[in-house]
Amino acid sequence: MSIKEYRTAAEARGGLLVMKNTPGVAFGDRVSIEDHTGGIRNGQVIRASEDSVLILVFEGVEDLDLENTWVRFLDAPVEIALSPELLGREFNGLGEPRDGRPPILSSLRRAVGGSAINPAARTYPREFIQTGVSTIDGLNSLVRGQKLPIFTGSGLPHNRLAAQIVRQARLKNEDAAFSIVFAAMGVSYADAKFFRDEFASSGVLRNVVMFVNLADDPPVERLTLPRTALTAAEYLAYDLDRHVLVVMTDMTYYAEALREVATAKGDVPARKGYPGYLYSDLAEIYERCGRIHNRHGSITMMPVVSMPSDDITHPIPDLTGYITEGQIVLSRELDNQGIYPPVHISPSLSRLMKDGIGKDDTREDHPRVAAQLYALYARALETRNLASIIGADELSTHDRRYLTFADAFDRRFVGQAETEDRSIEATLDLAWELMSIFPKDALTRVSEADIGKYYQEEDEAQAAAAAGGPSSGTTTAVQSYGTRRQKKRKSGSGAQPSTV
Amino acid sequence: MSKTERTGVVRDINGPIVTVELPGIRHGEQVKIGDLGLFGEVISLNGDRAVVQTYESTDGVRPGEPAQGLGWPLSVELGPGLMGGIFDGVQRPLEKIALQSGDYIRRGIDVAALDRSRQWAFEPNRDLESGQPVGPGTRLGSVQETETVLHQILVPPGIHGELEEIAPAGEYDIESTIARVRAANGHSERLRMYHRWPVRTPRPYLRRDDGIAPLITGQRVIDTFFPQLKGGKGAVPGPFGAGKTVVQQQIARWSNADIVIYVGCGERGNELVDVLETFPELDDPYTGRKLMERTLLVANTSNMPVVAREASVYVGITMAEYYRDMGYDVVMLADSTSRWAEALREVSGRLGQMPVEEGYPAYLASRLAAVYERAGRVQTHGDRSGSVTLIGAVSPPGGDFSEPVTSHTKDIIETFWALSKELADARHYPSIDWVTSFSGHVHTAAQWWHEQVDPSWEERRREALALLARDAELSRIVNLVGPEALSSSQRWDLEAAALIKEGVLQQSALDEIDTFCSPEKQFALLDLALTIYDLGTELVSRGVPVQELQRLPLLSRARRVKSLYKSEQLDEIEAFRAETEQALENLRLEYAKQEEQA
Repeated sequence: MSIKEYRTAAEARGGLLVMKNTPGVAFGDRVSIEDHTGGIRNGQVIRASEDSVLILVFEGVEDLDLENTWVRFLDAPVEIALSPELLGREFNGLGEPRDGRPPILSSLRRAVGGSAINPAARTYPREFIQTGVSTIDGLNSLVRGQKLPIFTGSGLPHNRLAAQIVRQARLKNEDAAFSIVFAAMGVSYADAKFFRDEFASSGVLRNVVMFVNLADDPPVERLTLPRTALTAAEYLAYDLDRHVLVVMTDMTYYAEALREVATAKGDVPARKGYPGYLYSDLAEIYERCGRIHNRHGSITMMPVVSMPSDDITHPIPDLTGYITEGQIVLSRELDNQGIYPPVHISPSLSRLMKDGIGKDDTREDHPRVAAQLYALYARALETRNLASIIGADELSTHDRRYLTFADAFDRRFVGQAETEDRSIEATLDLAWELMSIFPKDALTRVSEADIGKYYQEEDEAQAAAAAGGPSSGTTTAVQSYGTRRQKKRKSGSGAQPSTV
Repeated sequence: MSKTERTGVVRDINGPIVTVELPGIRHGEQVKIGDLGLFGEVISLNGDRAVVQTYESTDGVRPGEPAQGLGWPLSVELGPGLMGGIFDGVQRPLEKIALQSGDYIRRGIDVAALDRSRQWAFEPNRDLESGQPVGPGTRLGSVQETETVLHQILVPPGIHGELEEIAPAGEYDIESTIARVRAANGHSERLRMYHRWPVRTPRPYLRRDDGIAPLITGQRVIDTFFPQLKGGKGAVPGPFGAGKTVVQQQIARWSNADIVIYVGCGERGNELVDVLETFPELDDPYTGRKLMERTLLVANTSNMPVVAREASVYVGITMAEYYRDMGYDVVMLADSTSRWAEALREVSGRLGQMPVEEGYPAYLASRLAAVYERAGRVQTHGDRSGSVTLIGAVSPPGGDFSEPVTSHTKDIIETFWALSKELADARHYPSIDWVTSFSGHVHTAAQWWHEQVDPSWEERRREALALLARDAELSRIVNLVGPEALSSSQRWDLEAAALIKEGVLQQSALDEIDTFCSPEKQFALLDLALTIYDLGTELVSRGVPVQELQRLPLLSRARRVKSLYKSEQLDEIEAFRAETEQALENLRLEYAKQEEQA
């Protein structure tokens, strides 16, 4: 069927345009709209019937004049041109350049809608990615092909953490860097600039494709932006055999745009005004990541989801958590204490961790150490609550150890510098150092062999503490454990020097 | 079923909901839409217009394209070749689709569920003779479908008459005639090794029976504390990250059912691949053969079309009933029924139906009940006893169990394994909360346990739960005023409850030894923990300080016994128990001596 052009629109509201008597238009087709000033807008058919057609206008319908609007049905789905030239460029949600350079010319065009990967063609992700961040590598490991969102709140340093991961992420024993697809939806100019500068200064810019829709850009365009970005990511991964890391920020603004359009369409709302298909819609986006049999590339996804009012049960983080393979949750409390990155480990989780770690991937004690740290920290938080009620002096010696542990854990294991790239061995060594605050039989999640190999003995600790000078208060007590570890290293048999 | 095909025209496309003008079409009938030939199903009729929900994306479909009624409702093929297969939500074989359409699923692809070219060794039922009356459920013969599963070829429901002929033993494909039956009206019916059955109609049976035997899953908190019966229905609700999928997969791996049907309904692609990749590697603990030989997967990931997700649960349960009719105990796991309910909501929203609770349609409760009621232990036509156990995961938004899907499900099911976010956060897995979970089958299960394992099972179970309840209460006090306020016997209660939690309730799916625990080992571990508790209580009452007991290295080892000894090593557990008793006895003697000296 050929391109058809019509002049009279019947109705315009909330990003939607209704056309009457335009037969033979296909559902999902791309539309080009010329307004009375001669400006061109883009749209997509979201409902097609014989007598009327509903068009989603990405640039919005503001200032449209129903009499003088030319609508052309392009008889093609919404597509993006693909070529290796994408790298280093910046586009809007429709794949049009934003960097003042010419559009991509390529005979290869793909519909941004994508289609479902056959589950039988997928490969299970199991290659450990070292991000250099202890709370992620040690306790919530990321693997190639995983989608692991950062759940955050307004004002928390999620952008800095995402940028740090982009800078540091690599496979263990492999230097190949990731190609980055960066999708920004509804973010502020300052945030977009932060990432742009960050990519430029760390020298990864030539490996990055950016798709940007700022807070003051038309919100409807956010609906197609992640799909455009992922179509580019699929091209890089499966046509060019690259390992792609997709950072999407902020999925909450995407969902809000979806709600805006759904409301205009008159869809029945489910929770908090979001349409009933929010889950399926988010899944269409998130599930495009993964690994496929016999393809070299992969797509790993790290979406940023801000939790409105820090509420993790809000529909957007909630539905996201049901689709993604875990989540990294940032905490305002830790942030207020000046701990960076403020990762709250209790609600954080990586579902694909179990097959990416252990003997052949990281270190044999890794799974048990992670379980042990989680159990200790859970008890430590309980003890902290208790101490805030009855006072720390009322606690037993054993319970006071938990307080020491909690403080040391927050400050030293969770906290690290923005430029600090910890190896997984350094993370695990640090974990053992903190665990050795406890007597051996309190460590029930690790094996006896682990304890024999990695546990740091008390008397050694005392010796080190004595050598390490006077001790008063928790901080010094923790430092003395640090000294003890170094001492053990020097005397230890061929242990790798720590890079901490 | 009518064979006439009707043709009509597409009038309106609204996402997966397509309106067609197709006179004479029936409600529920299958429809082929447009030039692509997308499959769909009629969900409402209005004059000559029918509303069709399509199982595939409708991008590119135009008003005016043709539509064709196929004359039958959504049905599945039932016959040899299902076991070990992976199907999508409308029973298309995913592996064959991958061969034909590559890594992505091409729309409109039409591949039959069962392989037509494969030959099966058919062994006829020697007791049958020509002229003998046969009816639904009469065994015509059998086919060794996999090493584990003997596939009974039965007369399908609705066919009665006189057997005219039956094929001799030999290799046949599923299209070959293996028997002819002359009905009372003189019509001769050709029977093949497979038949079709509409998924929304429950398969008939003779009568319902009560469940009698527990489904052993090898998971202590399930079998010992909240048992499920073969033929029962249960739910696993939990917020994301609480471990629903792992619980379901553990049941799929280790339960003592003959057949396992796992329906991944709107779940994660990567997790499904985990099942697809690991199941073929796993050994069945009961037969020693590969697990996949008795397993069948229905996979409809969250990004696959939403309407096929709605269908997938029916497709799964129909195949489960088919194997039940052969006299097998079938377990069907649906992960997750919330996604299924959301598919209902999405479709009803697109139809503009009036929402009642949180946007769900008014018929949510009745649809849920109708699905769960297809579970049960039955006497089949042909007089075999079979069962379908249905276990559905529920994903309540925000972990709120009062939301419609969880609360309606709770009204229907008998076993409720409530997963807790707090336990999961502390990495206490399986995070089944012993306070809010329940099982309506304890009394029935007790009879089995008393006969097979130990006559004190029910009592020991009750003691452990009472101790855990006391622990919850004492923990509240500790959180208010600190542990110093407790008496020493109360502190010993806390210590013993911790032993039950770590040594019995917690079970690692990743630990090679602990991942499966036989009923005998389950009881041994429970009994060990309670024995320590009882002896310790006596010591504490005689004035032995709790710290003294805590210092015993045996106590921390008792928490690891579960992963030190395999299910067969009951003697070692018994030896450990004797050793512990001795140690506690020594402590008592020592203390008595000290007291004497003082």
